[in-house]
Amino acid sequence: MTMTIDTRRRIYRRPALLTDRPTHYCPGCGHGIIHRLVAELLGEMALGARTIGVASVGCSVFAYDYLDIDFVESPHGRAAAVATGVRRARPDAFVFTYQGDGDLAAIGTAEIVHAAARGERFTAVFVNNGIYGMTGGQMAPTTLLGQRTTSSPMGREAGLAGYPIRITEMLALLPGVAYAARGSVADPRAIGRTKAMLRRAFETQLPGGGFSIVEVLSTCPVGWGMTPTEAMEHLAMNVVKTYPLGVLVDRLAANKAAIAGGAGTAGSTAGEA
Amino acid sequence: MPVVADRRQPAGAAAEPVRPVLMKGNEAMAEAAIQAGCDAYFGYPITPQAELLEWMARRMPDLGRVFVQAESELAAINMGLGAAATGARVMVSSSSPGISLMAEAMSYMAGSEVPVVLINVMRGGPGLGSIGPSQADYFQATKGHGHGDYRVPVLAPSSIAEAVELVPEAFVLAERYRTPVMILADGVMGQVMEPVVPTFRMPPHEPGGWELTGADGRPSRVLRSLHLRPEDLEAHNRTLQAKYATLAEREVRWAGEDLDDAEIAIVAYGTAARVARTAVERAREQGMRVGVFRPISLWPFPSRELAEIAPRLRAILVVELSAGQLIEDVRLAVEGHAPVYFHGRTGGMVPTPGEVLDALRTAWATTTAVAARSLAEVDARDEPDPLSLIEQGAWVALGWPGAAPEFDEELDPIQLIYR
Amino acid sequence: MTVAVHPARTETPVAEAFEPLDIAADRCKGCGLCVAICPRHVLALEPSFVNEHGYHPVRLTDATACTSCALCARICPDTAFIVYARPRGT
Repeated sequence: MTMTIDTRRRIYRRPALLTDRPTHYCPGCGHGIIHRLVAELLGEMALGARTIGVASVGCSVFAYDYLDIDFVESPHGRAAAVATGVRRARPDAFVFTYQGDGDLAAIGTAEIVHAAARGERFTAVFVNNGIYGMTGGQMAPTTLLGQRTTSSPMGREAGLAGYPIRITEMLALLPGVAYAARGSVADPRAIGRTKAMLRRAFETQLPGGGFSIVEVLSTCPVGWGMTPTEAMEHLAMNVVKTYPLGVLVDRLAANKAAIAGGAGTAGSTAGEA
Repeated sequence: MPVVADRRQPAGAAAEPVRPVLMKGNEAMAEAAIQAGCDAYFGYPITPQAELLEWMARRMPDLGRVFVQAESELAAINMGLGAAATGARVMVSSSSPGISLMAEAMSYMAGSEVPVVLINVMRGGPGLGSIGPSQADYFQATKGHGHGDYRVPVLAPSSIAEAVELVPEAFVLAERYRTPVMILADGVMGQVMEPVVPTFRMPPHEPGGWELTGADGRPSRVLRSLHLRPEDLEAHNRTLQAKYATLAEREVRWAGEDLDDAEIAIVAYGTAARVARTAVERAREQGMRVGVFRPISLWPFPSRELAEIAPRLRAILVVELSAGQLIEDVRLAVEGHAPVYFHGRTGGMVPTPGEVLDALRTAWATTTAVAARSLAEVDARDEPDPLSLIEQGAWVALGWPGAAPEFDEELDPIQLIYR
Repeated sequence: MTVAVHPARTETPVAEAFEPLDIAADRCKGCGLCVAICPRHVLALEPSFVNEHGYHPVRLTDATACTSCALCARICPDTAFIVYARPRGT
């Protein structure tokens, strides 16, 4: 009888909450990386058993096929309202939305602003790749000036289509927002920092927290007309100029101190890059 | 605001006489929902149902239940979707323009099979319309609001007391069939105050095994309406259609008044039915045999029941607070077995009993030429009496070629018999 | 290090070469991000082979040069890598 024992010491593997199903995302698409970060964190923080995710409409509409947790599909743009309903009905659940730039910053702008204003205790995972991937690469509110898309073939012009929206900065102004940050998936270091931001955002769901949003700059190689590697370089070099990385607001620490000290809440900003 | 005690009657409790309380319709419906075990309410202020929202705003937080005034009707119904997805008993309310905003989510809730009760306190339209009462959302409610192949059960109370009974019934239907259910009220019902016996029903709420509660020790669940493969979506649609067929078979509700000997039936629901009832009283005083056929479930529509009555009627008069929407379903059900007349007011106007009486007289006068028979007479005789047909000149002399026959007086049998 | 153990024998088992990476070739989409990120340049897309989805999957060209830094696993959108620490002395 032969026994083969794999005695290799494993230091990196697929997180348990990521299903085995191969994803439908294009080669090099950032969604795969971000799904993995969410799965890793839910596992590390032992949240999987009480998580209810809210899937939105975009390339990531199938997020529920890749993350092994309870999920409800929401109409396009309504994820923040659906998450509000989920969170209010289930105070003990862990709730997050997973939205693209169209879902959150175009058709869903009203819902995300008001959920943030109400301080709804859920995390919005906002994947910003500056384009509408699923429908074939049209312009998004977050498309950069000069960027060519199928609905801005000459490059986005401010006079015609306005300026890109920094929605996370807008939301950070609201007192109900406990944590707002922006990361990217351009390289492993940025990915690591993004994971730390997501972890901090997930922590805001503890009582005393509020609404949290992590905007993750991502790529769309097919939509941008680049190879995956070129797209990551473009992200690291150009996209971050319009959307600076860092923590925009972290009221959680201040709120916790204030609650512990018995005083009112106060906002604070931390400038980590 | 009147304070209503918690008077839920547990099953088997001895009925004690309960004093009625004067309640505004909006508030009565809200309290009925609360007593029925509504866990979460989401809404947005809009006339004429703002009092429902305000009642919920006051009561729900006191009871530790969920209340959110959303930023829009669009957000409110989607909050309802989210809360209902977790298994909560959810109600949302609005009025016509707000219901239009909810159309998308109704389609999603039907496709994802999520139970939510939605109350529409109808107002004049289209567009911003008016804040007066109307029934002009009948098409919207019964033909689908949103896109796709789906139906939604629609219940139409015609009094506040009935609305208080239909609210818990709506929750039962929604949960039994995992579907959104609509209660179609109107501005009159929302705003007037009527005596309500504050005995409310709380149907039991059992989990169905589909709710999102966190995948703790069980496989994860997904509530979705997206099925990209056409074969999958067709199969899903077949499941939904089977559900609707069962609903149509089992959940038809209607009420008839003075129909047994009626020659004209007024078909009306909601406030129109109440106006019709007064008109019927006056018509009977004047010798017209008239009754009311009142659908309570607008979907499933009591087509079969109406079709059974129609052949015995000389006319049907449909009364609506609209330009004519219910009348289409009535015509479909009647299939030409009786002429269908219409009287409607729109834009927030309410028909008066006098107007309906005039319409009845017109229908009565216009149909006098048709042989009018009472139900009792028809039941006694299966075939038309040939003698009565002859009297009415129903036999028409046929032109016959050739000369009239001549009979020999001595050989003609008729002469032999009757001479 | 994979060791084949034969209880009936007493000879020292033969150690095989250490494989620092398990690559799911059927999951790889040939995006090339790992190839670009690898600091030792020991990953390459296999030009002679196409997986069932039509992509050229990545393979490790030199197992001895791999330091198990796991940057490839961190950047891979399809989580195609499992990374093992190199045992001391190999």
